Amino acid sequence: MEYFIQQLINGLTLGSIYGLIAIGYTMVYGIIGMINFAHGDIFMLGAFMALIVFLILTTFVGGVPVVLALLLMMIVSMCLTSLWSWTIERIAYRPLRGSFRLAPLITAIGMSIALSNFVQVTQGPRNKPIPSLVNSGFTIYGTNITISLKQIVIIVVTAVLLAAFWYLVNRTSLGRAQRACEQDRKMAALLGINVDRTISLTFVMGAALAAVAGTLYLMFYGVISFSDGFIPGVKAFTAAVLGGIGSIPGAVVGGLLIGLIEALWSAYFSIDYKDVAAFSILAIVLIFMPSGILGRPEVEKV
Amino acid sequence: MSVTQSMSGQSMDPILKVEHLSMKFGGLVAINDLSLEARRGDITAIIGPNGAGKTTVFNCITGFYKPTGGMLTLSRQNGEKYLLERLPDYLITHKARVARTFQNIRLFSGLTALENLLVAQHNMLMKSSGYTILGLLGLPGYKRASVEATEKARYWLEKINLIDRADDPAGDLPYGAQRRLEIARAMCTDPELLCLDEPAAGLNPRESAELNKLLLDIRDETGTSILLIEHDMAVVMEISDHVVVLEYGTKISDGKPEMVRNDPKVIAAYLGVEDEEIAELIDEVAAPTGADPADIAVARLAKEAVAEIAKEQAVTKGEPKVKPARKTTAAKPVSARKTSARAKKPSGGSK
Amino acid sequence: MAELSKPHSESVFPSAIREGIIAGIIAFGLFVLIIGFRTDQNISNELILTQRWGLLAIMVAIAAVGRFLFKAFISPWLTARLKAREAVETVEGGEPSFFRRNFSQLAILFLLIYPVLIVLMVGLQGSLKWVDNFGIQILIYVMLAWGLNIVVGLAGLLDLGYVAFYAVGAYSYALLSTYYGLSFWVLLPMAGIFAATWGVILGFPVLRLRGDYLAIVTLAFGEIIRLVLINWTAVTKGTFGISGIAKATLFGIPFTAGPNGFAAIFGLPLSAAYYKIFLYYLILFLALLTAWVTIRLRRMPVGRAWEALREDEIACRSLGINTTTTKLTAFATGAMFGGFAGSFFAARQGFVSPESFVFLESAVVLAIVVLGGMGSLIGIAVAAVVMIGGTEILREMQFLKFVFGPNFTPELYRMLIFGLAMVTVMVWKPRGFVGSREPSAFLHKRKLVSGAFTKEGHG
Repeated sequence: MEYFIQQLINGLTLGSIYGLIAIGYTMVYGIIGMINFAHGDIFMLGAFMALIVFLILTTFVGGVPVVLALLLMMIVSMCLTSLWSWTIERIAYRPLRGSFRLAPLITAIGMSIALSNFVQVTQGPRNKPIPSLVNSGFTIYGTNITISLKQIVIIVVTAVLLAAFWYLVNRTSLGRAQRACEQDRKMAALLGINVDRTISLTFVMGAALAAVAGTLYLMFYGVISFSDGFIPGVKAFTAAVLGGIGSIPGAVVGGLLIGLIEALWSAYFSIDYKDVAAFSILAIVLIFMPSGILGRPEVEKV
Repeated sequence: MSVTQSMSGQSMDPILKVEHLSMKFGGLVAINDLSLEARRGDITAIIGPNGAGKTTVFNCITGFYKPTGGMLTLSRQNGEKYLLERLPDYLITHKARVARTFQNIRLFSGLTALENLLVAQHNMLMKSSGYTILGLLGLPGYKRASVEATEKARYWLEKINLIDRADDPAGDLPYGAQRRLEIARAMCTDPELLCLDEPAAGLNPRESAELNKLLLDIRDETGTSILLIEHDMAVVMEISDHVVVLEYGTKISDGKPEMVRNDPKVIAAYLGVEDEEIAELIDEVAAPTGADPADIAVARLAKEAVAEIAKEQAVTKGEPKVKPARKTTAAKPVSARKTSARAKKPSGGSK
Repeated sequence: MAELSKPHSESVFPSAIREGIIAGIIAFGLFVLIIGFRTDQNISNELILTQRWGLLAIMVAIAAVGRFLFKAFISPWLTARLKAREAVETVEGGEPSFFRRNFSQLAILFLLIYPVLIVLMVGLQGSLKWVDNFGIQILIYVMLAWGLNIVVGLAGLLDLGYVAFYAVGAYSYALLSTYYGLSFWVLLPMAGIFAATWGVILGFPVLRLRGDYLAIVTLAFGEIIRLVLINWTAVTKGTFGISGIAKATLFGIPFTAGPNGFAAIFGLPLSAAYYKIFLYYLILFLALLTAWVTIRLRRMPVGRAWEALREDEIACRSLGINTTTTKLTAFATGAMFGGFAGSFFAARQGFVSPESFVFLESAVVLAIVVLGGMGSLIGIAVAAVVMIGGTEILREMQFLKFVFGPNFTPELYRMLIFGLAMVTVMVWKPRGFVGSREPSAFLHKRKLVSGAFTKEGHG
């Protein structure tokens, strides 16, 4: 039982990161119906930004409190990663809006290849390890279950961000504009919503969350490399689809679910096949619930 | 082309029998215990206000929806009987020989008009190509079948006046031509029952008259029975042998066009019973116009309707079925009658 | 004339300068960390920062000047040219040139004599690189893309895991030839059948999914197959891969040094080039077979049903077409050609490992299909030559070392340029190189169907 709860906590931690990335996929899909394949690499870029900020702090400033360092890493990474996402949307996706559905998918895959190779060229192909930022942890009284401070940071940051994000989408005019564009872009434009700007902001918001996920990932695993965007990206996309693509709560639920499946499968069965398990469950869920767990069923209008 | 002429009303053998059909979407009852019959060789029209469940009936017949309850029996000319609610949609076309068109035209817009008609002969060609394998080897059997299929397509393209545009993409054709092409495509599946979902929607009067002729030709020359949903009363009254009226998923009238036209329940369903609407209608009729026969027709129809309503109101006063929600549906039939009256002009002139 | 153009350019310049400055600022924001600093490990494996302000300045300047030039000169020039072309096109439709009309015949002729030309030009030994790296490599992608074209281009089903079938084909050959010693010619059709079977097995449960759900499930299957290949070490030897796979033979004549070898029998000097040339013709034959089958199938009911399925699935069902089997045949046919290509790949390399079957390969093949213009065989072949040949040729550009210094390795930039090229080509031609569709039958005259009418499917 203790072992199970321990794995549950590990799964939640991992799931939080997937959930944060998955929101970016699901929002972009919801608003323009496109799989933003480059989003996984945006996440990787976010981690690299955080890494460089961290190194700048340790090399040039020194002696910065950990909380402040983490906060700075997150904020700088959020800003610059969002700028990247904004630029990519502008260059590679906007010209193709309203054209052929597969065209933006291909530019997204192209951007994904270009981004990871760009980081490889500019930062080198090797893994980048950093010393552990947050070390302590504690054991729950009377049990052997340990929760590291890292895990708490991840879960708390995710929870806070999700709350803020929920507020943004449901209670602000930006969120309303976004939901309107999701329903009917043409009508939204007729009602005076700046659709291009709303879509840009969607990309920016998704990238900001991915940057946070990247920072947390770097903090948790202590290492990042140029090719680390793909697997978490695909997993997060899987999570978004599992939860029902287009649904933001679905993305979070799907992320947590994928995290849990992975943690529990690795713990009880075989760590080698954890990804196989995650993908197989995706396939099985979709066969029985073709629009995901929280997705709106697609009505076939005849 | 074999001519199996069957005069309307002569044969009493129903091609399609719908018994106690009901269809629910969650809590919404779209069709409630509906029974109707379409006779072989007849043109049967299903009419009714918007949202009456007409298209849902079609979707149940053609297998796109699985009905919640009831039985749909199709009897083919060779005596085979099919329970449509148990067949998957593609077998309904393939085995039971029911073909359909759609309210929003569903042509293969990137394929040419000819290709659209060839796709419709898929099952025949599939068999003659030995399920692709023999055809891939270039055996003569498939070549012959493919020539026959092209000839059949040519026949229908000539029939719908699109032979000159055979090699143009279907998406490039004008709207009326697309409607006709969709009917021709359905005919290429060799149906015994052809279901048309609002074939005259969006057609101009001339096209609408052409459509009437096409449908009558289909009935008389191929013996195909036709079931159609239509709002255009000119089409309905002129060509149908039998009319079924639906409202709120139930049948409110069923019979010959003249009978249905004079059925007070139908008029009430179409026009609603609110005074202001009647007044509106009277205004419209009273508006000064030339001595156009179309306007006279409108006036006559409207006068009849008003008289019927007055009578009906007197008879069924206090019946709780009258609802203000009808207001939204009432507007359309009025205009439909107007266009229908206008649509009569060319055909009336030729008579 | 000069008077007229002056006010025009004057109105463009201030905005172009502004745009240039903005682009510079954005570029600074994008690159300040990632180019401004480089992370490197020192001897004790700790990360240290190297500052690269010069490079950053160059990149920012390129962005700013590039944007300025584009706004000030290139963009007005492009619009002017577009207008001029429109004016010309309305005047005369123009018969296509002899070259354009007979493009496919000429292309096949060229491909048939390509190895001969190469040998004549650079000799037997020098031909290795040109036949292998360019000829065979490009033709493998052409064949894969033509195979995927059946699924994506004709039937409109988005398959992101096509590489799985390539892997099935490659491993079928690798395993069955190593364990049971079966020959290439027996295993080639078997590999195709295995891959097709897998196509049906994977396709059956998922083909009722629509749109992007299908895309992600196919991606997942691709990854599952790769992960199984990695982890099922007892059979597949995991990441080490299977080496020493038997070579293909020319109807029983092996390409070896012994007295029964190809060179000895034909009295030729021993050279590895013969095997490569043989492989070249083999893959050319397989690719042309794919094209021939595709062309034949398009004129058959099943091919028409695929295209109809891409256009409108509901209408297909209303015409009595069993959409499930139609989708499955498309999936299986595509998978079969993937399997053929896979077994060829294993025979060519003599070595297979899961590394060769990553998602990137699926993405590249899909990109070639879309860049070529969905459904168009010629467009796809051109796209494969441009994308694969273009990045291969980058390896050859050693002169760049003189420009960028001796530490410059052009290979490193290969995939970066590949990705950017994908974006550029797609933005430039969203419908691919050949956007129009050739009808499968005609009554009077074969007219191309403009891409504006064709749909790209939703499944």
